[in-house]
Amino acid sequence: MTARKGLVLEVDRTTPPILFHHGEGLRLEKLPIGSRVVYPNEPLDPVRDPERAIAEALANPLGDRDPLASYMQPGMKLTIAFDDLSLPLPPMAAPDIRGRIIEQVLDMAASAGVDDVELIAALALHRRMTEAELRHAVGDRVYDAFAPHGQLYNFDAEDPDELTHLGTTDAGEEVVISKRAAESDLLVYVNINLVSMDGGHKSVATGLSPYTALRHHHNVHTMLHSTSFMDPESSELHTRNWRQGRLLAEAGVKVFQIETTLNNNEFPSPYDFLKRREWEMTPRDRMMLMGTKTALDLMSRRQARRIFQGIRAPYGLTSVQAGEVEAVHRQTLTHVYRQHLVRVEGQTDVLTMGLPYICPYNVNSIMNPILVACLGLGYFFNLYRGRPLVRHGGVVIMTHPTPWEFHPVHHPSYIDFFEEVLADTTDPAVIEHRYEKRYAEDEWYRHLYRTSYAYHGVHPFYMWYWCAHALEHLGGVIIVGGDKAATQRMGFRSASTMNDALEMATDVVGRDPSITHFHNPPMLMADVV
Amino acid sequence: MIADALAAKRIAITGATGFLGTALVERLLRSVPDCELVLLVRPGRRTDVNRRVQREILRNDAFERPRDAWGEEFDEICSRRITAVSGDVSVDGLGLSPGDLELLCGCDVIIHAAATVSFDSPLDASIETNLLGPNRLLEACQSQGATPHFIAVSTCYVAGNRRGSAAEVFLADTPFSMDVDWRAEVSAARRTRADLDAASRTPERLRRFHRDARDELGPAGLPLLAAKTEQLRRDWVDSEMVTAGRSRATSLGWPDVYTYSKALGEQALMELQGDVPISIVRPSIIESAFAEPSPGWIRGFRMAEPLFVSFAKGELDTFPGYPEGIIDVIPVDMVAAAIIAVAARGPVPEPEVFQVASGAVNPLRFKVLTETTMQWFQDHPVYDAKGHPTASTQWNYAGASGLEEQLDRAMSLFNTAEKVVHRLPMRGRNDFTIRLAQRRAGLEQIRDYVLLYGAYGKCEALYEIDRTTELWESLPEADRERFSFDPRVIDWATYIADVHLPTVIAQARVKTTPQPRTGPSRNERLRTAVLDPARHFAAFDLENTLIASNVVETYAWLATRRLDTPQRVRFALRTLAETPGLWRRDRRDRTDFLRYFYRRYRGAPVGQLDADAAEMLSHLFLTKAFPAGLRRVRDHRAAGHRTVLITGALELAVQPLAPLFDHIIAARIDSREGRYTGEMIDVPPTGEVRAQMMVDWAAAEGLDLAQGVAYADAASDMPMLEAVGYPVAVNPETRLVTIADKRGWLCENWERSPGGPRPLLPIAPPFRVRANTDRLDRTHRSRRARATVGDIAEGSRR
Repeated sequence: MTARKGLVLEVDRTTPPILFHHGEGLRLEKLPIGSRVVYPNEPLDPVRDPERAIAEALANPLGDRDPLASYMQPGMKLTIAFDDLSLPLPPMAAPDIRGRIIEQVLDMAASAGVDDVELIAALALHRRMTEAELRHAVGDRVYDAFAPHGQLYNFDAEDPDELTHLGTTDAGEEVVISKRAAESDLLVYVNINLVSMDGGHKSVATGLSPYTALRHHHNVHTMLHSTSFMDPESSELHTRNWRQGRLLAEAGVKVFQIETTLNNNEFPSPYDFLKRREWEMTPRDRMMLMGTKTALDLMSRRQARRIFQGIRAPYGLTSVQAGEVEAVHRQTLTHVYRQHLVRVEGQTDVLTMGLPYICPYNVNSIMNPILVACLGLGYFFNLYRGRPLVRHGGVVIMTHPTPWEFHPVHHPSYIDFFEEVLADTTDPAVIEHRYEKRYAEDEWYRHLYRTSYAYHGVHPFYMWYWCAHALEHLGGVIIVGGDKAATQRMGFRSASTMNDALEMATDVVGRDPSITHFHNPPMLMADVV
Repeated sequence: MIADALAAKRIAITGATGFLGTALVERLLRSVPDCELVLLVRPGRRTDVNRRVQREILRNDAFERPRDAWGEEFDEICSRRITAVSGDVSVDGLGLSPGDLELLCGCDVIIHAAATVSFDSPLDASIETNLLGPNRLLEACQSQGATPHFIAVSTCYVAGNRRGSAAEVFLADTPFSMDVDWRAEVSAARRTRADLDAASRTPERLRRFHRDARDELGPAGLPLLAAKTEQLRRDWVDSEMVTAGRSRATSLGWPDVYTYSKALGEQALMELQGDVPISIVRPSIIESAFAEPSPGWIRGFRMAEPLFVSFAKGELDTFPGYPEGIIDVIPVDMVAAAIIAVAARGPVPEPEVFQVASGAVNPLRFKVLTETTMQWFQDHPVYDAKGHPTASTQWNYAGASGLEEQLDRAMSLFNTAEKVVHRLPMRGRNDFTIRLAQRRAGLEQIRDYVLLYGAYGKCEALYEIDRTTELWESLPEADRERFSFDPRVIDWATYIADVHLPTVIAQARVKTTPQPRTGPSRNERLRTAVLDPARHFAAFDLENTLIASNVVETYAWLATRRLDTPQRVRFALRTLAETPGLWRRDRRDRTDFLRYFYRRYRGAPVGQLDADAAEMLSHLFLTKAFPAGLRRVRDHRAAGHRTVLITGALELAVQPLAPLFDHIIAARIDSREGRYTGEMIDVPPTGEVRAQMMVDWAAAEGLDLAQGVAYADAASDMPMLEAVGYPVAVNPETRLVTIADKRGWLCENWERSPGGPRPLLPIAPPFRVRANTDRLDRTHRSRRARATVGDIAEGSRR
């Protein structure tokens, strides 16, 4: 059976309440008649035999690359870098596709007699992955063979001895990457391209780079000129990454890029109802929905978080391609778009979205208020091609409890950012100017990033910059169910019900606004024409 | 004319820093242009008398008028006309230098206004100042052969607790006079002090003081406990002396030790008079100025004001007195004017008494006082901290004793509550504890005032002022205008509402406008002060100051790190069973507890433990850390301060926190052949040792303790907190909450990150690397033998 395409539904009297994600909970909202609901495409059919697909991709590379096996020589230096735990979301049910690919690459290397192999989790300024997380990503076998001997490790962007400065692009962007990766005869990068921003030159130029290189595109100016950063064609973020990537290639770093795309089968049983369109729910789906919702409402947030963070998605692999970075990425994008793009006609005055419990930076952690903002205004808002789904000066209404909660180990600099920086100003440009350097170079954050499991000191800034485009574009942001103090700290307004929020939005967009609901997840991207 | 009579005269004044004294100095300076003043002033502990005169007299708002009038000449005039001499009427010989003695006795007039006006001074203190003080002055004059006009300020109430009229006569001349030998009273008072001091040193008492000190401070270390014990002992002696004074006074019919000592003072003066002409001026209750130097001028809190303010705040609704009773109040400017008039009239051979009082000619009834006050507060309500007006209630009258009983009952309730609260395992600056302490202190104050004031409320004597009135009437018109002391001109309702209460309220610093407070709060101001770049260093305690954990948890985490599940369960049960014993030991002596506890580390491999400690940073310390605390450490560094961690925790465990601090002072245990022995290398930093180590460190680094900031949570950290200029109580124990609030220390409530993990037991997550643990340490640091990729290939073939 081929998957059905997504659609834009116009709400009428018979439309049942729409399911909104609400952090570690769910909401059912009756939207006004005439509102539009954008539904994602159904999950594409996966490839039948992932192992074979991987093998074929490695043997038939795209672009200017030979089959992987032909690069394997005894005595060579081989480095395998792989995407960290920010991908995919939710994490993939075992076996993780990264592990499967890495095992094949290692087999090839072993049979060719390569014995200098290192595996690096390409986490840039993200937190170090724990043992359990690394095991999940690469599999126990790989972990046990390499980790105890220090050959499988997290990238350390703050170890000056392990970084190489490769040059500066024509536009002045420094290119600095992991020394081991730069000095390897071959750098194999294993990607999971969950959304269209992932992969391409961004893999190495971002994943294995320190602050000095990232600051050239992780900044307010770049984000304001990336419309959207999910659309590489119109993304300044990608332009800059590409320049860095090309310089890498010129500097002689030989990257063998492996990219994979997944379908949007993001919720396992018994959460199938999260993938259904409301009017197509079976009685069993409805029962599960109501039962789950009630249980979640009764439960403490801590318990609910444990349940949600335990979700492992039964993704299907929809494509795998390997070879030269740009050639690979072009093909990857078509697969990503095939799954995600849904055509929407015209913009809307008010855009509603239900924010789920997870974003790239709170896997096995807490979605703090800054991450709530980033998920809604950074990621979801930017999931468009062409024009933003909401008009200039429009209002975004998102649902999320937005509790004033932070993970003390994972997000220490977020706590201080929230208490100190946002208490001062919410203007991304002012924040960048006034505070970024101090946080980025803070010794304590550096220590925690390197030895504990903390995101880098500068990371919360990036989260806020991610929102810059939306903050400039929008006339207002309302969080339904959001903690009042936390919401206010970020310069947003909180509303207790969707009706209140819609009422509040009319202050900005006038009476009888057009309303569109972005029914994501499962993942979708609006192709606004 | 008064001004002419006193022109070119040199007038000595004692007690010039007091309420009446200040008024006298100002009045003489302003209204008698040609006189010179010699002020006998007690030197302050660190300030010399000239500074005291500048700061405590001339800068008082009483001098605004001459300041305005004379402009830039003010300082010149003052320094020309005022000479300050350093002396003390409460010590024999007055503590004067020979030159000053000569200067003082060479004066034409001596106005003795120095007194211990506190109604509940210790018996001997009152005797020394109020009884012997005038004697000493008199003796000084006689020793120099001088005969100045000696004007002694006494009080109407020397007449004692009696009803009916009291004339301007010496006590000995009244039918109620008691034959009390003042010399016997002096030696009895001194003997009582010696007896009580001896009684305070019995083993039982000393044990009790020590126990009370422990109750208050907890395990604070020897020096602090000893100091507290000694302080309690002295306080006990003093308070017994107060009781002794009060009972001696009442046994002889005086309302309190003040009037008792004043009365005996008069008696002694008469006896010792010799050739010195003496006048005695007896004011009644001196209150704020009627007109001079400005209407309402007052210095300090007088008698009834605290009661008014308590009433306005809604804390008190009963007034100690009867509606028809008379309260004899006299404005301070009238007393000063009367004294000056007496001085101007000049000495007469037979001593005379002038009473300055209102009761006989223009009585102020309680009813008028209370009703005017009530009405005034209805029109000008006091606002509480939240900006709500306090509803004023009807004021009830109670005979003083009924109210006393009520207050006593309330006090004992508060005392019990406070004891209970101190034993509760509460933490943090909770409003409840602070409110409790404040209310208790407030109540205590009110009770004391009621006790004293009650005595005056019950006093139904009418003080006659015939001689004073006669003096008044003998004055020429111009003097009458300039030196008014005729109480008949006072309209009490106007005086209370328009003159007295506005200044009382201003002095009491209560809110009389509904606007919420503007500007930074006390805590904000203190926070700015501790982070000021001028500070030198910041010292931090660890447990419950920066992290919500303790040495037992640390040990449990490290010990379970490499245990399997059944071993973990056994460990957890064993540790739980031990907890009460450990807790008891810790309560008794922290150092002993640490020594006992750290022995458990015996045999632990050094390298492995260090590696585990690095991991513990994430799993235990950061999880349980107070983010605001860590931020504060870094704020201090950003401000350029040195930071130091001082903790009884093990150095190996706190090593991962090193990047936060310039220096770490922690407990260290010895190691031999790669394994810890569990024996401590030096005395662990706890209690007073901790303070000493901080002091030593600061000295070695050349840092000023007065510019130091210290953060700690327990009363046992008092030595450390007290050693620095800027102590900060973090999540304080209830005992410390009260202390910190009293002393105006910055109090911080730091919490763990909301939503963060809350592990039930401090047990390490299972250690999963399937490799020889001893080898792990090696692999951590050195480049290890490489795993061959063949392993993988082999694995996948299988």
